[in-house]
Amino acid sequence: MKLYTAIAAVALSAASAVSAFAETTEITWWHAMGGRLGEVVNEISDNFNASQSDYKIVPVYKGNYEETLTAGIAAFRGGQQPDIIQVFDAGSATIIGAKGAVIAAEDLLKANGGSFDSADYISGVRNFYADDAGKMIGMPFNSSTPIMYFNEDAMAKAGVTPPKTWEEFQTVTAPALKAAGYIPMAQSHTPWIFTENFMSRHNLPFATAHNGYGEGDVKILVNNDAIKSHFKAVKGWIDDGSFGFYGAGWADNQTPFENGEVAMWLGSSGSFGGLSKTVKFPFSATYLPYWEGVTSEPTNTFIGGAALFAMAGKSEAENKATAEFFRFLTSPEVQYMWHRETGYVPVTNAAYELAAKDGHYDRTPAAEIGIKQLALPGGDNTKGYRMGFYVQIRDVMNREYGKIFSGEKSVDDAFATIEEDANKLLARFAKTQG
Amino acid sequence: MKRAQFSRPLFPYLLLVPQLSIIAVFFYWPAAEAIRGSFFLEDPFGFGSTFVGFDNYYDAVTGSEYLNTARFTLVFTALVAFFSLALALLLAVKADIVLRGAKTYRTLLMWVYAIAPPVAGLIGILLFDQSIGPITDLAGLFGYELKLGVNYWDTAFAMVLVSVWKQIPINFIFFLAGLQSIPRPVREAAMIDNPSGLSRFFTITFPLLAPTGFFLLIINITYALFDTFGILDILFKGEPANNPITLVYKVFLDGFRGNDLGGSSAQSVILMVLVLVLTVFQFRFMERRVHYN
Repeated sequence: MKLYTAIAAVALSAASAVSAFAETTEITWWHAMGGRLGEVVNEISDNFNASQSDYKIVPVYKGNYEETLTAGIAAFRGGQQPDIIQVFDAGSATIIGAKGAVIAAEDLLKANGGSFDSADYISGVRNFYADDAGKMIGMPFNSSTPIMYFNEDAMAKAGVTPPKTWEEFQTVTAPALKAAGYIPMAQSHTPWIFTENFMSRHNLPFATAHNGYGEGDVKILVNNDAIKSHFKAVKGWIDDGSFGFYGAGWADNQTPFENGEVAMWLGSSGSFGGLSKTVKFPFSATYLPYWEGVTSEPTNTFIGGAALFAMAGKSEAENKATAEFFRFLTSPEVQYMWHRETGYVPVTNAAYELAAKDGHYDRTPAAEIGIKQLALPGGDNTKGYRMGFYVQIRDVMNREYGKIFSGEKSVDDAFATIEEDANKLLARFAKTQG
Repeated sequence: MKRAQFSRPLFPYLLLVPQLSIIAVFFYWPAAEAIRGSFFLEDPFGFGSTFVGFDNYYDAVTGSEYLNTARFTLVFTALVAFFSLALALLLAVKADIVLRGAKTYRTLLMWVYAIAPPVAGLIGILLFDQSIGPITDLAGLFGYELKLGVNYWDTAFAMVLVSVWKQIPINFIFFLAGLQSIPRPVREAAMIDNPSGLSRFFTITFPLLAPTGFFLLIINITYALFDTFGILDILFKGEPANNPITLVYKVFLDGFRGNDLGGSSAQSVILMVLVLVLTVFQFRFMERRVHYN
């Protein structure tokens, strides 16, 4: 009898607890932000929960980008999907291609009582997670772009300035830095920096059908002379000591720069916050170099990073909560805080203006480089790219680039393999959508 | 021979139900799903799927790197199985004759067994790190620039070394137990007949250890094929690039990272068949040469 009383008491208190919170709609947010970034994500969520009492967001860390997407897919198939999932650039074709997996951010915001104008978003940001017509499907969240960091001591010692073009790097900067005892340059993500953004910086088409945004068969256009001569040059630089290649791992290439062995490092604009804490020497950043022989009008780069997607199959109340959170997240104050704490770019013009007004870029000019580079004049091929199975395509690139740099394969052969393997993967992906 | 009979004939099957249902749920069901999935190209979210017949198998086997990966997997498995067995046997034979402090010595040798594969991989990364790794420094002393993650062969060397190191203790435990079960009179008789230690080992000890060795061979081959996954994943830091990978790692890459469920399923079915063939081969041809008592 006592047991029944206890159970009844527990049930009763649970019921009253539910009714007390019936007003609050709880939503979950699966993300891939570990370490310091995860702390900032929690802070944003706490601030949102404290700012009002109708909604409560629960952020859950699900591992790295790939693990988060895979967990989200498994959960979706089991009907247990979160309200919001963070999906990275290379995975965006997978989630957007699955018609019915997500609600477009633009539709969600419009349906839940609010105006939405994509022109509020920074030009380099607004198209990447949009459809061909420009409707925003993913809400850009942590957005960064590759920029060139340089060790100011090293530049002074060698008596050079950071190169604007690769021609300048090859003839002036690299020899001077080498003579000063430095490895002139390294970079941390060959597919992202030397492929995707190489295309964008030079306004070269990366795939058919509007870089994959449009209808029809998508074929990769990576096997072209401009990028092949770039890789031939890089291989030459590695051989004569003008360039350091430390493998496909991000940190392995960043560490030599932090140790002061490498004078210039191509990394993410989002690396800025971390670098300011670890690096002992004065450093700054500037735009990614371009080949004058390819273009005289270099264009903006793509964003990298990830976006938040509102997953389908949720109740009206939860969708409303998600919309409210998106609105909170893209408010200038939150964006500025995110930008300041992490180094990722603010995604709206209003947040950018707020950061400028607050003097953020007077204190740390390098923090502005990413945004300025994203806001450079664009072209037909600089909105982004959308290709299925792109994670494997990047793996293929990493594999073949490794072979080029170690001398196992010629540049021409490696790019022929990349084109062939990537197109096979794209054709396979097209079939999964059938 | 008299057969034991239960009075209720269904009762033994009832007793088997828990075990059988576990096998069915955790092995046969996923295996059947993999076989079914290998004939489809499916949208990861489960919206669309196309029946493609044997296309997934064809695409997998004709992939530009598949044969290289398969060849590497064979060599890797052979090296890991051979070295972890050989070194463990050597250590066990030596530990068997230690008199003073034998327990401490053995415990120290078994210790490593408690280390989880990903931790072993982390230790491997520390040892082979490009900037601070002691093994990298050691190779540097001899004028060799060892580059984990950049040079194909250097990474392969690190993979084999860490995998072997991780597997030696369990082999050591089994070999030591095997050695200690060899009856003392047999050894003493052999000692009188043959004064050469080496020859005694190969004519008396080794054949008597054969059942243990055969069991361990199977365990080690499956270890090298499948269980080294945790070590490799950490050593690659999630970016395999131009490093050698094993077939199992490729299944993971395509399925979990790439969300290519069909292709990944086809590859795992190929692996299932491979393991089946290997097991049949081992039991049909090798076990005949092994004598249990």
